[in-house]
Amino acid sequence: MDRAGAAIRVQGLEKSFGQVSVLRGVDIDVARGSIFALLGSNGAGKTTLVKILSTLLKADAGRAEVNGFDVGRQAAGVRESISLTGQFAAVDEILTGRENLVMVARLRHLKNAGTIADDLLRRFSLTEAGARRVAAYSGGMRRRLDIAMSLAGNPPVIFLDEPTTGLDPEGRLEVWRAVRELASGGTTVLLTTQHLDEAEHLADRIAILHEGRILVNGTLDELRKLLPQATVEYVEKRPTLEDVFLALVTGEKR
Amino acid sequence: MNKHFAGDTAVLLGRSLRHIARSPDTIITTVITPIAMMLLFVYVLGGAIRTGTGSYVNYLLPGILIITIASGISYTAYRLFLDLQGGIFERFQSMPIARSAVLWSHVLTSVVANLISLVVVLLVALAMGFRTGADVLGWLAVAGILVLFTLALTWLAVIPGLTASSVDGASAFAYPLIFLPFVSSAFVPTESMPGPVRAFAENQPVTSIVDSLRALFAGQPVGSGIWIALAWCLGILAVAVAFAGLIYRRRVG
Repeated sequence: MDRAGAAIRVQGLEKSFGQVSVLRGVDIDVARGSIFALLGSNGAGKTTLVKILSTLLKADAGRAEVNGFDVGRQAAGVRESISLTGQFAAVDEILTGRENLVMVARLRHLKNAGTIADDLLRRFSLTEAGARRVAAYSGGMRRRLDIAMSLAGNPPVIFLDEPTTGLDPEGRLEVWRAVRELASGGTTVLLTTQHLDEAEHLADRIAILHEGRILVNGTLDELRKLLPQATVEYVEKRPTLEDVFLALVTGEKR
Repeated sequence: MNKHFAGDTAVLLGRSLRHIARSPDTIITTVITPIAMMLLFVYVLGGAIRTGTGSYVNYLLPGILIITIASGISYTAYRLFLDLQGGIFERFQSMPIARSAVLWSHVLTSVVANLISLVVVLLVALAMGFRTGADVLGWLAVAGILVLFTLALTWLAVIPGLTASSVDGASAFAYPLIFLPFVSSAFVPTESMPGPVRAFAENQPVTSIVDSLRALFAGQPVGSGIWIALAWCLGILAVAVAFAGLIYRRRVG
């Protein structure tokens, strides 16, 4: 097994649903401990690719390896290595935040599930909310809990499928912080997004998936070089609405 | 079988039981229809029904217990459907857990919830004058048949839970099951029914189960009817488990 090499390796992956071919030969390599952003519009095939890599779907052709395990033949090994956070917060609303974390830790067959749950609550600033039912959480809190649940047992590879879709700007920043923290701890993160700025802010490498194929794959600088030489223009830099919103909303706390 | 099957099922069972403990309305709505029917039949219609035995509530209770189970199991379809709709089902499937634990935890939850409902209905029946001559073995046999019947119908309910496209569709399938006891020996003796109806009533599962329960409650010998009852329960169980398993494996790939 190639421990030092790629955490995720995809070669010639194809998948169709009936007549619609969603993935038409996808190749990517994701280095260990990096954040890899898969950028694409709705229907580009991002979720399908993530589902194949997390063993929820079977590919029609091609190969995919996660943490050295083949997703088709060694699904159990893949499931030991990964954790998936889908587009919709996969949390149990009737349980409390802490109960959700304990449940996931037990399902990963970890000892001291309670301690692990308390640690994760602290890391994601959910300690106070831990005893409340998730039904009462805000969107950002749910997504943070969702990501926290993914971290129980420290799986080496994490898939985040559009982790900030449907979140307000503050919630988005909370999630970004969490993702950066993950990668700094050595976790490999593959995240999908349709927001260009999200890929720009978070990712070490960015691949653009379009109509089932990878159009480009590289660092932000490499992608920038694909465009014609920058021209110099003088523009007045005005604050964006997001800057204004965040300044007003978070200003009180500072 | 996966070495984590028992542990994983226990964790997920704990989760579903918390759901029930935090929304006891699922128990209340399950018992309300059977109790209302029992009141209606005993105090309104019962006087006109000739069963040939002493107390009508004694005659009626086995059928009411069957109706309780038939209405209780639709919550399994409902809860399973909600898990599939939200992301939590995919989370479980992408984790290193025993694959069948997800279904078994829902099925065992149904058994626990239905046993609670059955006890509530039984207590109401006792208050209405139900009396039994069954000894401990008789009670164990009654409990055994009811649990087996619950298992069989719950696995049946797993199928719409996995395949339905709406919440209403997932839980609506139980309605016909609730009416099956009406065309059986549950409320009136089958001898009073016209030929074809009587033939159906005497050869459908509810009649043999109800007759066996009635004999056990009365402390009488059950005869060969109990084997037919057990055969029906095991048969439905086997077919339902096979179909549910097939659909589940297709669904989770």
